[in-house]
Amino acid sequence: MLTIGPYSFESRLLLGTGKFPDFDTQKAAVEASQTEILTFAVRRMNIFEPDQPNFLEKIDVKKYTLLPNTAGAKTAEEAVRIAKLAKASGLCDMIKVEVIGCDKTLLPDPVETLRASQMLLEEGFIVLPYTSDDVLLAKRLEDLGCHAIMPGASPIGTGLGIVNPLNIHYIIEQANVPVIVDAGIGTPSDAAKAMELGADGVLLNTAVSGAQNPVQMAEAMKYAVLAGRGGFEAGRIPKKLHANASSPLEGMSVL
Amino acid sequence: MKLTVNGREVDLPETVTTVRTLLDHFGLNKELAIVEVNQSILNKTTRDDQKLTNGDRVEIVQFVGGG
Repeated sequence: MLTIGPYSFESRLLLGTGKFPDFDTQKAAVEASQTEILTFAVRRMNIFEPDQPNFLEKIDVKKYTLLPNTAGAKTAEEAVRIAKLAKASGLCDMIKVEVIGCDKTLLPDPVETLRASQMLLEEGFIVLPYTSDDVLLAKRLEDLGCHAIMPGASPIGTGLGIVNPLNIHYIIEQANVPVIVDAGIGTPSDAAKAMELGADGVLLNTAVSGAQNPVQMAEAMKYAVLAGRGGFEAGRIPKKLHANASSPLEGMSVL
Repeated sequence: MKLTVNGREVDLPETVTTVRTLLDHFGLNKELAIVEVNQSILNKTTRDDQKLTNGDRVEIVQFVGGG
């Protein structure tokens, strides 16, 4: 069970909704993933082309918890404005704080992320900041009262997987709120690795939407998250430098 | 009436007087639309009857796909 603020979820896989080839594929992928949390961005409506379909019309929104992001914001104030617009939809009170500080790496601006998180907590939001894998920043965000911490595995959309598993480990080890590894996941093994490290959840988008078969990848990610979590809870064996036979050494009749 | 809607200046017929008539004029989905007038975000349950006046700056946004 994944608990974020007042909400609880069976699934530990959070799915982004960007860049799918078409709505039918997206809907099938969402269903195959068995996710309960979908992320969205907030953007202007095209007033001169009103008939463009919207994914929200294609799904039963009551079945999902919506997690809008503040993507596009470069300052805390911009993030707060986007968050308030999202909340005015009447569909959600959770917000993924995303304040990008660098156009090339799309890495989050730590100072603005911290400021935005504080301002949004004061406004009563359920706050989930997307942050770099900085251990002390994660601690500071938790100390503010953030409801979950979402460190990146690697830069958004790269599919490079967890480039600094030690930092992710430290962040998980110190945290008293859920840690959701967000961004940079490329393969099911990346997602499983995050969960084996003890992450409470994984948020991914491009790994599924950009896959050659997004529906099959969504299902694979579901199993990866389940397998990784199961492995973490079961407790792995310690690593050893030398072999240790798993078959008994006694009673060998041929020798 | 002239309004700035989503950053573009638009000239609207006299039938457009409220948020509801503005959304209808552009054929926008009221369920999806989130409306801000002069940087004040409107409550979805009460916004439709909000009067608009010449020169208002209106933002109409929605949820779109994103990660």
